[in-house]
Amino acid sequence: MKLPALVSFTAGLVPALAAGWLLFPRLIYKTEAQPLPFNHKVHAEQGMACGDCHAVAEDGRFAGMPTTESCAGCHAEKGENPAVNALVERYVEPGVEIPWLSNARQPDNAYFPHAAHVTGEKVACARCHGPHGESTAVRPVQVNRLSGYPRDIWGPSISRLRREEWQGMKMSDCIACHRAGGRESACIDCHK
Amino acid sequence: MTATQQTSTLPTHRYTLVVDLDRCNGCGSCATACAVENNIPPAPERSNVRTGVVWLRVHDVATVDPSGRSTFVPIPCQQCDEPPCVDVCPQRAVEYDPRTGIVGQIPVRCLGCRYCMVACPYHTRSFNWWSPEWPEGMKASLNPDVSIRQRGVVEKCNFCVQRLQAARAKTSAAGKTDIDPADYVPACVEACPSRALSFGDANDADGEVAKLAKDPESFRLLAALGTSPKVLYRSSDPVVRERLSRTGVTRG
Repeated sequence: MKLPALVSFTAGLVPALAAGWLLFPRLIYKTEAQPLPFNHKVHAEQGMACGDCHAVAEDGRFAGMPTTESCAGCHAEKGENPAVNALVERYVEPGVEIPWLSNARQPDNAYFPHAAHVTGEKVACARCHGPHGESTAVRPVQVNRLSGYPRDIWGPSISRLRREEWQGMKMSDCIACHRAGGRESACIDCHK
Repeated sequence: MTATQQTSTLPTHRYTLVVDLDRCNGCGSCATACAVENNIPPAPERSNVRTGVVWLRVHDVATVDPSGRSTFVPIPCQQCDEPPCVDVCPQRAVEYDPRTGIVGQIPVRCLGCRYCMVACPYHTRSFNWWSPEWPEGMKASLNPDVSIRQRGVVEKCNFCVQRLQAARAKTSAAGKTDIDPADYVPACVEACPSRALSFGDANDADGEVAKLAKDPESFRLLAALGTSPKVLYRSSDPVVRERLSRTGVTRG
Protein backbone atom coordinates (compact mmCIF):
# COMPACT_ATOMS: atom_id res chain seq x y z
CA MET A 1 0.00 0.00 0.00
CA LYS A 2 1.35 3.39 -0.98
CA LEU A 3 1.75 6.06 1.65
CA PRO A 4 -1.06 8.43 0.49
CA ALA A 5 -3.44 5.51 0.35
CA LEU A 6 -2.45 4.39 3.86
CA VAL A 7 -2.88 7.91 5.19
CA SER A 8 -6.34 8.32 3.72
CA PHE A 9 -7.34 4.81 4.90
CA THR A 10 -6.20 5.60 8.44
CA ALA A 11 -7.84 9.01 8.29
CA GLY A 12 -11.12 7.25 7.60
CA LEU A 13 -10.68 4.28 9.93
CA VAL A 14 -9.71 6.14 13.08
CA PRO A 15 -12.76 8.46 13.22
CA ALA A 16 -15.00 5.55 12.27
CA LEU A 17 -13.65 3.42 15.12
CA ALA A 18 -13.77 6.36 17.51
CA ALA A 19 -17.40 6.99 16.60
CA GLY A 20 -18.23 3.31 16.98
CA TRP A 21 -16.47 2.67 20.26
CA LEU A 22 -16.79 6.02 22.03
CA LEU A 23 -19.69 7.96 20.59
CA PHE A 24 -22.15 5.19 19.74
CA PRO A 25 -22.40 3.77 23.29
CA ARG A 26 -23.29 7.26 24.51
CA LEU A 27 -25.95 7.62 21.87
CA ILE A 28 -27.50 4.16 22.16
CA TYR A 29 -28.01 4.30 25.92
CA LYS A 30 -30.22 6.85 27.63
CA THR A 31 -29.76 7.49 31.32
CA GLU A 32 -32.73 7.45 33.67
CA ALA A 33 -32.50 8.56 37.30
CA GLN A 34 -33.82 6.44 40.17
CA PRO A 35 -36.86 7.85 41.98
CA LEU A 36 -35.08 7.97 45.37
CA PRO A 37 -31.51 7.88 46.61
CA PHE A 38 -30.66 4.67 48.45
CA ASN A 39 -27.59 3.61 50.41
CA HIS A 40 -27.13 -0.16 50.34
CA LYS A 41 -23.98 -0.01 52.48
CA VAL A 42 -25.71 1.65 55.44
CA HIS A 43 -28.42 -1.01 55.40
CA ALA A 44 -25.92 -3.86 55.09
CA GLU A 45 -23.99 -2.47 58.05
CA GLN A 46 -27.13 -2.82 60.15
CA GLY A 47 -26.78 -6.55 59.58
CA MET A 48 -29.38 -6.83 56.84
CA ALA A 49 -28.94 -9.47 54.15
CA CYS A 50 -29.96 -9.06 50.48
CA GLY A 51 -32.90 -11.41 50.97
CA ASP A 52 -34.36 -9.32 53.78
CA CYS A 53 -35.64 -6.84 51.19
CA HIS A 54 -35.22 -8.68 47.87
CA ALA A 55 -37.05 -11.84 48.86
CA VAL A 56 -37.90 -15.12 47.18
CA ALA A 57 -41.55 -15.96 47.82
CA GLU A 58 -42.73 -19.34 49.08
CA ASP A 59 -43.88 -20.40 45.61
CA GLY A 60 -40.39 -19.68 44.27
CA ARG A 61 -41.17 -16.38 42.57
CA PHE A 62 -38.68 -13.59 43.09
CA ALA A 63 -40.19 -10.38 44.35
CA GLY A 64 -37.38 -8.25 42.92
CA MET A 65 -37.74 -4.72 44.22
CA PRO A 66 -38.88 -4.35 47.83
CA THR A 67 -42.38 -3.06 48.49
CA THR A 68 -43.05 0.28 50.15
CA GLU A 69 -44.56 -1.71 53.01
CA SER A 70 -41.22 -3.40 53.71
CA CYS A 71 -39.47 0.02 53.79
CA ALA A 72 -42.18 1.38 56.08
CA GLY A 73 -41.41 -1.41 58.55
CA CYS A 74 -38.47 0.74 59.71
CA HIS A 75 -39.15 4.10 58.05
CA ALA A 76 -42.72 4.88 58.99
CA GLU A 77 -42.00 8.41 60.16
CA LYS A 78 -39.92 11.35 59.04
CA GLY A 79 -36.57 12.04 60.68
CA GLU A 80 -33.43 13.97 59.93
CA ASN A 81 -32.38 12.21 56.75
CA PRO A 82 -33.78 13.99 53.66
CA ALA A 83 -33.86 10.71 51.70
CA VAL A 84 -35.96 9.06 54.41
CA ASN A 85 -38.22 12.11 54.50
CA ALA A 86 -38.71 11.90 50.74
CA LEU A 87 -39.53 8.20 51.06
CA VAL A 88 -42.12 8.81 53.78
CA GLU A 89 -43.65 11.86 52.11
CA ARG A 90 -43.87 10.55 48.56
CA TYR A 91 -44.46 6.83 49.03
CA VAL A 92 -45.15 5.64 52.60
CA GLU A 93 -47.83 8.18 53.52
CA PRO A 94 -49.76 8.02 50.22
CA GLY A 95 -49.24 4.22 50.23
CA VAL A 96 -47.86 3.93 46.70
CA GLU A 97 -45.06 1.68 45.43
CA ILE A 98 -41.67 3.16 44.60
CA PRO A 99 -41.10 3.00 40.83
CA TRP A 100 -37.53 1.68 41.10
CA LEU A 101 -35.76 1.11 37.80
CA SER A 102 -34.02 -2.21 37.37
CA ASN A 103 -30.42 -2.57 36.20
CA ALA A 104 -30.87 -6.30 35.72
CA ARG A 105 -34.22 -6.69 33.95
CA GLN A 106 -33.87 -9.51 31.44
CA PRO A 107 -35.59 -9.58 28.05
CA ASP A 108 -39.18 -10.81 28.08
CA ASN A 109 -38.35 -14.21 26.59
CA ALA A 110 -35.72 -15.04 29.22
CA TYR A 111 -36.77 -16.89 32.36
CA PHE A 112 -34.47 -16.66 35.34
CA PRO A 113 -35.60 -18.41 38.54
CA HIS A 114 -33.87 -16.84 41.54
CA ALA A 115 -35.13 -19.71 43.69
CA ALA A 116 -33.20 -22.34 41.71
CA HIS A 117 -29.97 -20.34 41.85
CA VAL A 118 -30.03 -18.60 45.22
CA THR A 119 -32.04 -21.03 47.35
CA GLY A 120 -31.32 -24.26 45.50
CA GLU A 121 -27.71 -23.94 44.37
CA LYS A 122 -26.63 -21.34 46.96
CA VAL A 123 -25.19 -19.00 44.35
CA ALA A 124 -24.16 -15.72 45.99
CA CYS A 125 -26.13 -12.64 44.88
CA ALA A 126 -22.82 -10.88 44.10
CA ARG A 127 -21.93 -13.57 41.52
CA CYS A 128 -24.26 -11.87 39.05
CA HIS A 129 -25.04 -8.51 40.65
CA GLY A 130 -21.53 -7.62 41.80
CA PRO A 131 -20.74 -5.73 44.99
CA HIS A 132 -24.08 -3.90 44.78
CA GLY A 133 -24.63 -4.31 48.52
CA GLU A 134 -21.53 -2.23 49.26
CA SER A 135 -22.61 0.75 47.17
CA THR A 136 -23.51 4.01 48.86
CA ALA A 137 -25.79 5.24 46.08
CA VAL A 138 -28.05 3.55 43.55
CA ARG A 139 -26.80 3.96 40.03
CA PRO A 140 -28.98 5.63 37.43
CA VAL A 141 -30.14 3.08 34.89
CA GLN A 142 -28.78 3.15 31.38
CA VAL A 143 -31.38 1.84 28.97
CA ASN A 144 -30.72 0.76 25.41
CA ARG A 145 -32.85 3.02 23.22
CA LEU A 146 -33.50 0.27 20.66
CA SER A 147 -34.12 -2.79 22.80
CA GLY A 148 -35.19 -1.19 26.08
CA TYR A 149 -32.80 -3.49 27.99
CA PRO A 150 -30.61 -2.10 30.76
CA ARG A 151 -26.91 -1.83 30.08
CA ASP A 152 -25.96 -4.35 32.76
CA ILE A 153 -27.23 -7.14 30.50
CA TRP A 154 -24.34 -6.48 28.16
CA GLY A 155 -21.98 -5.18 30.83
CA PRO A 156 -20.35 -1.77 31.23
CA SER A 157 -17.66 -2.30 28.61
CA ILE A 158 -18.78 -2.44 24.99
CA SER A 159 -15.70 -4.51 24.11
CA ARG A 160 -16.35 -6.90 27.05
CA LEU A 161 -12.59 -7.07 27.56
CA ARG A 162 -11.06 -7.06 31.04
CA ARG A 163 -14.44 -7.36 32.69
CA GLU A 164 -15.13 -8.71 36.16
CA GLU A 165 -16.73 -12.15 36.45
CA TRP A 166 -20.07 -10.65 37.53
CA GLN A 167 -20.25 -8.04 34.78
CA GLY A 168 -22.64 -8.93 32.00
CA MET A 169 -25.81 -11.04 32.04
CA LYS A 170 -25.94 -12.18 28.43
CA MET A 171 -27.01 -15.68 27.45
CA SER A 172 -23.35 -16.54 26.87
CA ASP A 173 -22.59 -15.55 30.48
CA CYS A 174 -25.36 -17.85 31.75
CA ILE A 175 -24.16 -20.68 29.52
CA ALA A 176 -20.52 -20.28 30.60
CA CYS A 177 -21.48 -20.79 34.24
CA HIS A 178 -23.85 -23.67 33.47
CA ARG A 179 -21.23 -25.36 31.30
CA ALA A 180 -18.59 -25.02 34.03
CA GLY A 181 -20.94 -26.70 36.49
CA GLY A 182 -22.04 -29.43 34.07
CA ARG A 183 -25.57 -28.03 34.14
CA GLU A 184 -26.23 -27.57 30.47
CA SER A 185 -29.74 -28.44 29.53
CA ALA A 186 -32.58 -27.48 27.24
CA CYS A 187 -33.34 -24.03 25.75
CA ILE A 188 -36.77 -24.12 27.38
CA ASP A 189 -35.23 -24.34 30.85
CA CYS A 190 -34.40 -20.63 30.60
CA HIS A 191 -36.64 -19.40 27.78
CA LYS A 192 -40.35 -18.86 27.76
CA MET B 1 -16.71 -35.89 36.40
CA THR B 2 -17.75 -34.85 32.92
CA ALA B 3 -20.65 -32.60 32.10
CA THR B 4 -22.70 -35.43 30.65
CA GLN B 5 -22.29 -37.60 33.72
CA GLN B 6 -23.33 -34.82 36.02
CA THR B 7 -26.38 -33.91 33.92
CA SER B 8 -27.47 -37.53 33.89
CA THR B 9 -27.82 -37.50 37.67
CA LEU B 10 -30.66 -34.98 37.32
CA PRO B 11 -34.10 -36.55 37.45
CA THR B 12 -35.44 -37.53 34.07
CA HIS B 13 -39.08 -37.61 33.08
CA ARG B 14 -41.15 -38.52 30.05
CA TYR B 15 -44.08 -36.17 30.23
CA THR B 16 -47.01 -37.73 28.42
CA LEU B 17 -50.57 -36.71 27.61
CA VAL B 18 -53.31 -39.32 27.24
CA VAL B 19 -56.53 -38.33 25.46
CA ASP B 20 -59.58 -40.52 26.07
CA LEU B 21 -61.67 -40.12 22.90
CA ASP B 22 -64.65 -41.85 24.52
CA ARG B 23 -64.84 -39.02 27.02
CA CYS B 24 -64.16 -36.08 24.70
CA ASN B 25 -67.39 -34.30 23.73
CA GLY B 26 -65.69 -31.73 21.52
CA CYS B 27 -66.51 -28.72 23.72
CA GLY B 28 -63.22 -27.00 22.92
CA SER B 29 -62.42 -25.94 26.50
CA CYS B 30 -58.90 -27.32 26.09
CA ALA B 31 -58.25 -25.19 23.02
CA THR B 32 -59.58 -22.05 24.73
CA ALA B 33 -57.59 -22.66 27.91
CA CYS B 34 -54.50 -23.25 25.79
CA ALA B 35 -54.94 -19.97 23.91
CA VAL B 36 -55.46 -17.99 27.12
CA GLU B 37 -52.55 -19.62 28.95
CA ASN B 38 -50.13 -19.22 26.06
CA ASN B 39 -51.02 -15.68 24.95
CA ILE B 40 -52.31 -16.73 21.55
CA PRO B 41 -53.84 -13.60 20.00
CA PRO B 42 -57.37 -13.61 18.54
CA ALA B 43 -57.25 -14.56 14.87
CA PRO B 44 -57.53 -11.61 12.51
CA GLU B 45 -60.59 -11.61 10.24
CA ARG B 46 -58.52 -12.25 7.14
CA SER B 47 -57.04 -15.45 8.61
CA ASN B 48 -58.37 -18.90 7.74
CA VAL B 49 -57.97 -22.47 8.96
CA ARG B 50 -54.45 -22.61 7.51
CA THR B 51 -53.14 -19.18 8.50
CA GLY B 52 -54.49 -18.75 12.04
CA VAL B 53 -52.41 -19.59 15.08
CA VAL B 54 -53.71 -22.66 16.95
CA TRP B 55 -51.68 -24.83 19.32
CA LEU B 56 -54.42 -27.30 20.07
CA ARG B 57 -57.13 -28.02 17.52
CA VAL B 58 -60.17 -30.20 18.21
CA HIS B 59 -60.93 -32.07 15.01
CA ASP B 60 -64.43 -33.37 14.34
CA VAL B 61 -63.76 -36.59 12.50
CA ALA B 62 -67.19 -37.73 11.35
CA THR B 63 -65.85 -40.18 8.81
CA VAL B 64 -63.88 -42.29 11.28
CA ASP B 65 -66.89 -44.10 12.66
CA PRO B 66 -68.90 -46.04 10.04
CA SER B 67 -72.11 -45.32 11.99
CA GLY B 68 -71.69 -41.64 11.18
CA ARG B 69 -71.17 -40.69 14.82
CA SER B 70 -68.58 -37.92 15.34
CA THR B 71 -65.32 -38.61 17.05
CA PHE B 72 -63.66 -35.52 18.43
CA VAL B 73 -59.88 -35.61 18.38
CA PRO B 74 -57.97 -32.86 20.22
CA ILE B 75 -54.54 -32.60 18.61
CA PRO B 76 -51.77 -30.55 20.23
CA CYS B 77 -48.08 -30.99 19.34
CA GLN B 78 -47.55 -34.73 19.67
CA GLN B 79 -44.24 -34.25 21.54
CA CYS B 80 -42.53 -36.98 19.53
CA ASP B 81 -39.58 -38.89 20.92
CA GLU B 82 -38.26 -38.93 17.34
CA PRO B 83 -39.34 -35.44 16.25
CA PRO B 84 -38.95 -34.71 12.52
CA CYS B 85 -39.20 -30.95 13.18
CA VAL B 86 -35.96 -30.97 15.21
CA ASP B 87 -34.05 -32.66 12.39
CA VAL B 88 -35.03 -30.12 9.74
CA CYS B 89 -34.62 -26.88 11.70
CA PRO B 90 -31.59 -24.96 10.37
CA GLN B 91 -31.60 -22.65 13.41
CA ARG B 92 -31.75 -25.14 16.24
CA ALA B 93 -34.90 -23.30 17.26
CA VAL B 94 -36.57 -26.62 18.03
CA GLU B 95 -34.97 -28.96 20.48
CA TYR B 96 -35.70 -32.26 22.19
CA ASP B 97 -35.08 -32.07 25.92
CA PRO B 98 -33.82 -35.48 27.08
CA ARG B 99 -34.64 -34.60 30.70
CA THR B 100 -38.35 -34.12 30.11
CA GLY B 101 -39.06 -35.44 26.62
CA ILE B 102 -40.55 -32.07 25.71
CA VAL B 103 -39.94 -30.80 22.18
CA GLY B 104 -39.20 -27.16 22.91
CA GLN B 105 -39.80 -24.37 20.43
CA ILE B 106 -37.85 -21.13 20.83
CA PRO B 107 -39.67 -18.58 18.65
CA VAL B 108 -37.00 -15.85 18.95
CA ARG B 109 -34.50 -18.18 17.32
CA CYS B 110 -36.84 -19.05 14.45
CA LEU B 111 -36.15 -17.49 11.06
CA GLY B 112 -39.55 -18.45 9.68
CA CYS B 113 -38.46 -20.92 6.98
CA ARG B 114 -41.32 -23.27 8.00
CA TYR B 115 -39.40 -26.46 7.23
CA CYS B 116 -40.70 -27.77 10.56
CA MET B 117 -44.29 -27.17 9.46
CA VAL B 118 -43.66 -29.25 6.36
CA ALA B 119 -41.91 -31.95 8.36
CA CYS B 120 -44.60 -32.26 11.03
CA PRO B 121 -47.02 -35.03 10.02
CA TYR B 122 -49.60 -33.83 12.55
CA HIS B 123 -50.04 -30.22 11.36
CA THR B 124 -49.69 -28.90 14.88
CA ARG B 125 -47.41 -25.98 14.08
CA SER B 126 -48.52 -22.45 13.27
CA PHE B 127 -46.80 -19.60 11.47
CA ASN B 128 -47.37 -16.00 12.55
CA TRP B 129 -48.52 -14.33 9.36
CA TRP B 130 -49.38 -11.12 11.24
CA SER B 131 -48.15 -9.23 14.27
CA PRO B 132 -50.11 -10.27 17.34
CA GLU B 133 -52.86 -7.85 18.26
CA TRP B 134 -55.25 -7.84 21.18
CA PRO B 135 -58.45 -5.85 21.54
CA GLU B 136 -58.23 -2.73 23.71
CA GLY B 137 -57.70 -3.61 27.37
CA MET B 138 -57.07 -7.30 26.79
CA LYS B 139 -53.31 -6.91 27.02
CA ALA B 140 -53.68 -6.55 30.77
CA SER B 141 -54.89 -10.15 30.92
CA LEU B 142 -51.84 -11.64 29.18
CA ASN B 143 -49.90 -14.35 30.99
CA PRO B 144 -46.55 -12.85 32.11
CA ASP B 145 -44.96 -16.32 32.16
CA VAL B 146 -45.27 -16.71 28.39
CA SER B 147 -43.50 -14.41 25.97
CA ILE B 148 -45.56 -13.22 23.01
CA ARG B 149 -44.34 -14.11 19.52
CA GLN B 150 -43.71 -11.71 16.69
CA ARG B 151 -44.75 -11.90 13.07
CA GLY B 152 -42.67 -14.24 10.92
CA VAL B 153 -41.95 -17.08 13.35
CA VAL B 154 -43.36 -20.54 13.96
CA GLU B 155 -44.85 -21.58 17.26
CA LYS B 156 -46.42 -24.66 18.80
CA CYS B 157 -47.44 -26.32 22.05
CA ASN B 158 -44.58 -26.68 24.56
CA PHE B 159 -46.63 -28.76 27.02
CA CYS B 160 -47.08 -25.53 29.07
CA VAL B 161 -43.39 -25.61 29.99
CA GLN B 162 -43.82 -22.33 31.88
CA ARG B 163 -45.80 -24.33 34.44
CA LEU B 164 -42.89 -26.76 34.72
CA GLN B 165 -40.56 -23.80 35.26
CA ALA B 166 -42.83 -22.47 38.00
CA ALA B 167 -43.03 -25.92 39.59
CA ARG B 168 -39.24 -26.19 39.57
CA ALA B 169 -38.86 -22.76 41.18
CA LYS B 170 -41.34 -23.75 43.87
CA THR B 171 -39.39 -26.97 44.45
CA SER B 172 -36.09 -25.08 44.76
CA ALA B 173 -37.62 -22.57 47.18
CA ALA B 174 -38.78 -25.46 49.35
CA GLY B 175 -35.27 -26.97 49.28
CA LYS B 176 -36.35 -30.08 47.37
CA THR B 177 -34.91 -31.54 44.18
CA ASP B 178 -37.84 -32.99 42.26
CA ILE B 179 -41.20 -31.43 41.54
CA ASP B 180 -44.54 -32.48 42.95
CA PRO B 181 -46.50 -33.88 39.93
CA ALA B 182 -49.56 -31.92 41.06
CA ASP B 183 -47.65 -28.67 40.42
CA TYR B 184 -47.17 -29.36 36.72
CA VAL B 185 -50.45 -29.76 34.84
CA PRO B 186 -50.90 -28.19 31.38
CA ALA B 187 -53.78 -25.75 30.89
CA CYS B 188 -55.72 -28.06 28.55
CA VAL B 189 -55.72 -30.91 31.07
CA GLU B 190 -56.77 -28.56 33.85
CA ALA B 191 -59.66 -27.18 31.76
CA CYS B 192 -61.18 -30.40 30.39
CA PRO B 193 -64.65 -30.72 32.01
CA SER B 194 -65.10 -34.39 31.05
CA ARG B 195 -61.63 -35.39 32.27
CA ALA B 196 -60.72 -36.80 28.89
CA LEU B 197 -57.12 -35.64 29.29
CA SER B 198 -54.60 -37.19 31.66
CA PHE B 199 -51.08 -35.89 32.05
CA GLY B 200 -48.07 -37.22 33.87
CA ASP B 201 -44.67 -38.83 33.84
CA ALA B 202 -44.60 -42.09 31.88
CA ASN B 203 -41.37 -43.01 33.71
CA ASP B 204 -43.36 -43.21 36.92
CA ALA B 205 -44.40 -46.87 36.67
CA ASP B 206 -47.16 -46.54 39.28
CA GLY B 207 -48.61 -43.38 37.74
CA GLU B 208 -51.91 -43.24 35.89
CA VAL B 209 -50.31 -42.27 32.59
CA ALA B 210 -47.85 -45.20 32.58
CA LYS B 211 -50.75 -47.59 33.17
CA LEU B 212 -52.91 -46.01 30.45
CA ALA B 213 -49.99 -46.15 28.00
CA LYS B 214 -49.77 -49.93 28.41
CA ASP B 215 -53.51 -50.41 27.96
CA PRO B 216 -54.46 -52.16 24.69
CA GLU B 217 -57.06 -49.46 24.00
CA SER B 218 -54.31 -46.81 23.75
CA PHE B 219 -52.72 -45.93 20.42
CA ARG B 220 -50.68 -43.25 18.68
CA LEU B 221 -51.63 -41.20 15.63
CA LEU B 222 -49.79 -42.31 12.48
CA ALA B 223 -47.93 -44.90 14.50
CA ALA B 224 -46.23 -46.39 11.43
CA LEU B 225 -44.16 -43.23 10.88
CA GLY B 226 -42.03 -44.06 13.91
CA THR B 227 -42.19 -40.57 15.40
CA SER B 228 -43.10 -42.06 18.81
CA PRO B 229 -45.43 -39.32 20.07
CA LYS B 230 -45.92 -38.73 23.79
CA VAL B 231 -49.54 -37.83 23.15
CA LEU B 232 -51.54 -41.04 23.29
CA TYR B 233 -55.17 -41.59 22.35
CA ARG B 234 -57.62 -44.10 23.73
CA SER B 235 -60.86 -45.45 22.38
CA SER B 236 -62.97 -48.49 23.17
CA ASP B 237 -64.01 -48.61 19.50
CA PRO B 238 -61.61 -50.81 17.50
CA VAL B 239 -62.59 -49.05 14.24
CA VAL B 240 -61.63 -45.65 15.64
CA ARG B 241 -58.38 -47.05 16.98
CA GLU B 242 -57.45 -48.76 13.75
CA ARG B 243 -58.30 -45.86 11.45
CA LEU B 244 -56.79 -43.06 13.54
CA SER B 245 -53.56 -44.91 14.22
CA ARG B 246 -53.25 -45.60 10.49
CA THR B 247 -54.38 -42.35 8.90
CA GLY B 248 -54.41 -39.69 11.55
CA VAL B 249 -56.50 -36.67 10.61
CA THR B 250 -55.71 -33.82 8.28
CA ARG B 251 -56.34 -30.16 8.75
CA GLY B 252 -59.67 -28.67 7.83
